[in-house]
Order: sequence, then C-alpha cells, then structure tokens
Amino acid sequence: MIHRHDVIIVGAGLAGSRAAVEIGQTANVAVLSKVYPSRSHSGAAQGGVAASLANESKTDRWEYHMYDTVKGSDYLGDQDAIELMVREAPETVIEMEHWGCPFSRTPEGLIAQRKFGGHTLDYGKEAALRSCYSYDYTGHVLLHTLHEQCLKHGVHFYSEFQVLSLIFRDNRAIGVVAWDIVNGGLHTFYGRAVMFGTGGYGRAFKITSNAHANTGDGLSQVIRAGLPVQDMEFVQFHPTGLWKSGILVTEGARGEGGYLLNGEKRRFMEDYAPTLMELAPRDVVARSMQTEIDEGRGIDGKNYVFIDVSHLGEAKLKERLPQITELAMNFAGVDPVKEPIPIQPTAHYSMGGIPANANCRVTYDAKRSETVGFYAGGECSCISVHGANRLGTNSLLEALLFGRRAGKQIVEDLSHLEFPELPADYEDAATEEVERTMAKDGEEKAATLRAELQETMMMDCGVFRSRGQLEKQRDKVEELEERYKNIRVEDKGTRFNTDMLEAIELGHLIEFSGAIVEGALQREESRGGHARKDFPKRDDVKFLKHTLAWREPNGKWKLTFEKDVVLKGITHPGFEPKERVY
Amino acid sequence: MSQRTFKIFRYNPETDKKPSYKTYTIEVEPSWTILDALNEIKWYHDGSLTYRRSCRHGICGSCAMQINGLNDLSCELQISNYPKDPIVIDPLPGFEIYKDLAVNMEPFYAALKRVKPWLINDNPPPGSERLQSPEEFKLMGDSIACILCAACTSSCPSFWTDEDYLGPAALLKAFRYTFDTRDEGFEDRLEALDNKHGLWRCHKITNCFTACPKNLNPTEAISKLQRKVVSEKW
Ligand SMILES: Cc1cc2nc3c(=O)[nH]c(=O)nc-3n(C[C@H](O)[C@H](O)[C@H](O)COP(=O)(O)OP(=O)(O)OC[C@H]3O[C@@H](n4cnc5c(N)ncnc54)[C@H](O)[C@@H]3O)c2cc1C
Ligand code: SF4
Ligand code: FES
Repeated sequence: MIHRHDVIIVGAGLAGSRAAVEIGQTANVAVLSKVYPSRSHSGAAQGGVAASLANESKTDRWEYHMYDTVKGSDYLGDQDAIELMVREAPETVIEMEHWGCPFSRTPEGLIAQRKFGGHTLDYGKEAALRSCYSYDYTGHVLLHTLHEQCLKHGVHFYSEFQVLSLIFRDNRAIGVVAWDIVNGGLHTFYGRAVMFGTGGYGRAFKITSNAHANTGDGLSQVIRAGLPVQDMEFVQFHPTGLWKSGILVTEGARGEGGYLLNGEKRRFMEDYAPTLMELAPRDVVARSMQTEIDEGRGIDGKNYVFIDVSHLGEAKLKERLPQITELAMNFAGVDPVKEPIPIQPTAHYSMGGIPANANCRVTYDAKRSETVGFYAGGECSCISVHGANRLGTNSLLEALLFGRRAGKQIVEDLSHLEFPELPADYEDAATEEVERTMAKDGEEKAATLRAELQETMMMDCGVFRSRGQLEKQRDKVEELEERYKNIRVEDKGTRFNTDMLEAIELGHLIEFSGAIVEGALQREESRGGHARKDFPKRDDVKFLKHTLAWREPNGKWKLTFEKDVVLKGITHPGFEPKERVY
Repeated sequence: MSQRTFKIFRYNPETDKKPSYKTYTIEVEPSWTILDALNEIKWYHDGSLTYRRSCRHGICGSCAMQINGLNDLSCELQISNYPKDPIVIDPLPGFEIYKDLAVNMEPFYAALKRVKPWLINDNPPPGSERLQSPEEFKLMGDSIACILCAACTSSCPSFWTDEDYLGPAALLKAFRYTFDTRDEGFEDRLEALDNKHGLWRCHKITNCFTACPKNLNPTEAISKLQRKVVSEKW
C-alpha cells in the first residue's frame, strides 16, 4: 500500500514528536514508530534537561553552558551548533512548560533545577544547578506531554510500523518502506520531506541502559542508502549502570550527592577529578571506574563498584529520586536507603550518527553539502553538539531543540519542496530483505549471534580500546555478518512476527557496528568517549576532525578524517582546544 | 541456575481455531525477571512466542500481562516471587488478542483521547514559565507517573462489561490535567467525564489500584474528580 503525506517522520521520541508538533499545525505529517509513541526510549530519561534558566544558580548564563558543552565534547563539538543549542535552550524548555509539562518546582514556583556532571558556573569554577527536572521521570513527562500535543494537533500516527528501508535517489529523500507489525505486509510512505528521529543503538553492547528497541535501525538504513555516518567511534559509557543488567542509575543520584566507593570503601574519584569528584563528566568517571575494576579494586575484586546514596536519607530519596529507589530494589535487590548499589559502566548514548547541520538537513560529505528533503534530529543524528562526549541532560535538550528546529526548517522548506516521484524499484530493497529473512532456514540462532556481538563489542570496543582488540573485533563483526546469512527464523507467519523483525534488527546491529569498530581503529588518539590504551593522548594535529564512514559496495569501510570541526560560535569567538582537567 | 516451568497462553488468530496453553521448562538464573524468561523461551526455544517489550525496566508500559492471574509488568517481577511451578502467563484480559500475549490496545488509546489529554488554557503564556508552587505541583499527585500500561483498565470489571467506559487510566489522565493548576479545561472535559460511560461507571471495585504496577491509585483520582464535578455543578 502507498501512503502520501507532506512530511514523513520516522520515530516518535522527543525528536520526532517535537518536529511533528511544529509541522502538524500547518501541514499533513505522518509519524511512524515501531513502538507505540509514548513507549519510545526518551521516556526512560530520568535526570533532566539542561537550560541556563538561572532559576537556582542565579548567575547562570548561556556562555557557561556553551563552555561546558565544548569542553565536555573534548573540543570535537561544532561550536556554531552548540551556541545555537545553549541559546535556544531556555525558550525550548519554557515552551514545554507552557504545553503543560509537569516540572518539579522551586519554592517560588519556578522550574526546579539540579546539578549534573560537567555543568558549571563561571567556566568551571563551581557546579551549576542547570538541569530542569521532574522527580527522576523527566524524559517520561516530556515525552507524554509532547505526544499529547501531537494528539491535540491531529498528527497522523502509524504505530507499530517498523521502517525497513529509506528510499533515496539522486541526493533526494523520497520516502520509506515499512512493515505493518500487527497485520504484516509492506507499506510505502512518501512525501515532500523525510525526517529520521530513530534514536540510539545501545543494543550493540552487552551491558546497556537502552531499550530492546534501540537497535540503530536508522543508521543502518542511511548506510545502505550510500550515505556516510559520522563520529561513530564515540560511544558513551555511563558510569552508573546497575551491575549485570546495565539499567541506569541516573547521574542525578550523584547530582544529589551520591558517592562512588571502590572495594576499599574509598571515594576513588579524588584520585581522578579532585575538583568535581563524582560530578566530573561521564567519560572521565567511567574510565576511572573501569581502571579501579581492572586494577582489582572493584568490590571483592569483582567487576563492579558502589554508588552510595544512603546518607541522603529516605525522605530526600523519595522526593528527588523515587524511580532509582524502585529500580535498585527490583533489579539489584538492594534498598538504597540502607545499602550501597552495585554498578558498572553501561553503554548509554551514541555521540555519532547521521551527519546533519544545525537546520537538521542531512549532509553527505566533508564540505557539509546538503541532501534534499532529508532531515535528522535527536540521538540518531550527529549535528555535532556533543563532539566526543555528551554531557548529561544535553541530549533531551538536543532531541527537543533540534526536533523543534527540524520542524521549523521543514515547514519553511515545504514552500519549495514538491512531491518527488516514486522510482520504479521503490519497494525492492525491503521486499528482498523480508523475503531473504523469512526464507532463512539455517543452523544459526539469531539470539546467539546477537549475544556474541554484544559480548565482544563490550569487551573489545568498550570503555578502553587498543589496536589488537579492535582488529580482533573487526574480524568478529565480519564473521558474524557471514554467519548471519545462515540464521533461522522460526515464525513463518505474517501477523505480529517479532521473530522476523528481531532478525532484521540484528542485521542493523551488525551493519553499524562495523562503522564503530573501524572508526575506533583508525582514530589513533584518545578523546572524550573514545579511549585508546595504545594512544592515551588527544592528538589535535591529526584528529581534530570529524570521522565520516561510508560502506563501499564490496562491504569494506571507507573512512575520512577531512571534515573540519567548527571552532567558533555564531557570535561567540569560540573556545580554543585545551587540556581537559576537572 | 534452576529449572522452572511456564504455562503460556498461545493464540494466533491467523492459523489457530482456538487458544491453547503451551508449557515450557527452561533453565533460569536466580535474578531473572518474568520478561527475561520469556526472552529466553523466544530466543532459544520457540521463536514464534509473541509479546511486547521495550525498556525492560518498568517505564515504557509495553510488557503488561497476566502473571498467575494478576495484571503486572513482566519486566519488573522476579521469577523468584513465584515459588510454585508452573507460572501461568496470559494476555491482559478485556482486549482483542492480536497474537499470544500481544493485545489490541486501540480502544485503550481511543478512551484516552476522549478526555482531551492536553493542557487546555487559552490565555497567552507569560514570557517565562507559568508559576506553580511545589504544593500546587503535588495536587497532581503521582498521576504524572502513569506509564499507560493498561494493567488497571484491563483489570476493571466495569470495563469488561461496558466497552465504552473510559476506564481508570483515561480517568487518571483526566485527573492529572484537571488538578493541574495551569489547566482551564474542566468544562471541555465534562462531556466525556460526566456520564454513565465516564466517572459514574466506576463502582469502586479498586481492582485498578491493586493492579497498578506503579502503585498509583486511579480509584482515589476518580473519587476526587467525582467530587469536583458534583461541587461545580451544584
Ligand atoms: C536510561 C536513560 C536515561 C537517560 N537520561 C537522560 C537524561 O536524564 N537527560 C538527557 O538529556 N538524556 C538522557 N538520556 C538520553 C536521551 O534520553 C536520549 O538520547 C533521547 O531521549 C533520544 O531521543 P530520540 O527522540 O532521539 O530517540 P528515542 O526516544 O529513542 O526515539 C526513537 C524513536 O524511533 C523509533 N524507531 C526506531 N527505529 C525505527 C524503525 N526501524 N521503524 C520505525 N520506528 C523506529 C522508535 O520507535 C522511537 O519512537 C537517557 C537515556 C537513557 C537510555
Ligand atoms: S494507572 Fe497504573 S496500571 Fe493504569 S495505566 Fe497507569 S501505570 Fe498502568
Ligand atoms: S518493558 Fe517497558 S515496562 Fe516492561
């Protein structure tokens, strides 16, 4: 079946939904999501959304937020986009409040703000209260508020439609082909503009804070359309994942005063970041934890350390961190009021993604040349406001803010974008993928391959990396791709066939993992979330550049380090790269 | 590792004449949740087993189902909470079965939409945020934490007998906006609320309260709404 809408948005998280609210008021917009919109993973975000409202830290201003974001990015972030983001942050958050988002409040009735890692006042002098929050349900209330605004504005949702391929010809996005999960069958959606807000890809790793649905589909579809992906080697490992499951303990737990303790019951962060301690940025804390664990100072020598929030007391925990209390009880069997919580680094956020400019137009080369009718925002995009490492609370902001910018840009561009013509072979790639997958009757189990990928990505492409590990992992990904041809899909029906859809998602995981590993291998330096044991220093001479990665028809990866980083703001002179100490 | 047995409702309307149960005995880890067990079965024993899941930590609301006869989130409950074999798993009652444990939630979402679940306030907003004191914020109670899992609505006998009944989740959403000091939509929502398929269908059976995995209390919210409707009308 063919569906025609002015605008096709893939993804109903904060990025996709925010764009839809903007567009839905004047044009016909369809939002496709493989899960019901309010079940998107944005809803899992706990800690908050950054904006220099200065409600609590009265001297806060956007310049400080800009400095923190640039420094946090280890100077790989594009400072023009960062300036836009931090300047538009307050109005973006206030707008959510006007739409009814329930924020926690200060005694004066303003939006409450708390501390978060790497956010400071006066260029690093002291921690800033900049994260706007609602208990520890911030993502949840933002997502529900936006979804409800979409309902109000008559946005057309196709829930439980899983996009399989992007139709892209002659530098122009035309539409997507999706599978109707409930009834089975292919549907083609085409429009004057297409936007991807498909979220993150944590499921490539064994220990992750991400949902089962976070399989990076959008990235693999872009790669398969012949477009590059950017900075894929920068994966954020969040320090405080619950031991074994990786379920997140929000950074808000440290923001509210939680301590990290090693096997010697010592606050080891004093050895690594004496000023900010536990509130140093995530890459720093994750590496410190991993070092403690690797050097045998985990709890009982095992692969975890503790976060202790018991000194905050039951009342404060209930008031500020109710979800954490529940999660620790349900998934780690500990009561944080009484005992410390076992934690380990967990794959959390992808700094890399689909290259796009600050107007969310997708670009395709080192000169930032634009595609036509194709937009990206949120975690799947790389605009790049996070550079090599994202600060906590900057990604809900990114998703909202660039969703908003994408929406506005699309509305403007609709004045000249006509409906493209569907090429004759518009459905071929998706048809072939479904047929190939359904025919799979081999010996391999998809689950086994997925587990092997997740385990090895964690081990050899994790918090610390080295040439030997990465070469091994490159071979492993190639091996898995070969074995993937020989998997078996047991469910041969059309209705709600999640067996088939999970197999297709595994194909995506393998596809983009290749780009992560190749980028990690070729980037011979340590910067932000990418830490090479064999190249422990940052190398601005060679690598103060964005990585672009294309997959060539022969399956090999082609990488370039030619795309310059923007070191100046739009009005701000910019922050020169410096050594990053906290 | 220990062995546990699961008796799971299976039905594919495409191919099966009627529903049946299938029993699976698998090795489980002590820390596993019910969802972990379902994944183990699907991934390594029977790929056709169908259910919804996403976040796996109780925030997305996808994985509600009936476990030993009670609605709950399969991702939040440890297998060890159920010492006796077999653990019986059924889909949420009161909804059409799509396949196995996945049900048609459209009526649930449609009910939600009927209460106009968005802030209604036509006054132009101030330049900064609308003020709301912490006490006013708390008037909404925990209602903002609802994850729309439908465990409540699906456990409600009034919903089983009246398919037009809004149900506890939609009414809780109406409560959330009505008791938001920034909202002025009470009159707009009255039509949906003040009738026999709305507030007055609730017979205070309190199944919803028992079923809610987030410990929310839709019954109490409904009572508060009822009182508000009565006091505003008379
Ligand atoms: C546990 C956790 C806590 C976090 N806490 C914070 C925080 O406190 N502050 C902060 O700033 N950031 C936080 N983050 C990060 C932040 O939540 C995410 O980066 C952000 O929400 C991503 O939003 P999004 O709209 O890009 O994607 P998502 O919300 O993930 O949405 C992706 C959408 O794409 C759809 N989709 C994907 N593939 C397909 C396909 N093939 N077909 C159809 N639809 C598809 C999905 O259905 C979904 O609707 C947290 C992340 C996690 C995992
Ligand atoms: S009130 Fe509770 S049971 Fe009902 S939908 Fe919300 S979270 Fe689920
Ligand atoms: S999987 Fe999200 S609530 Fe259970």
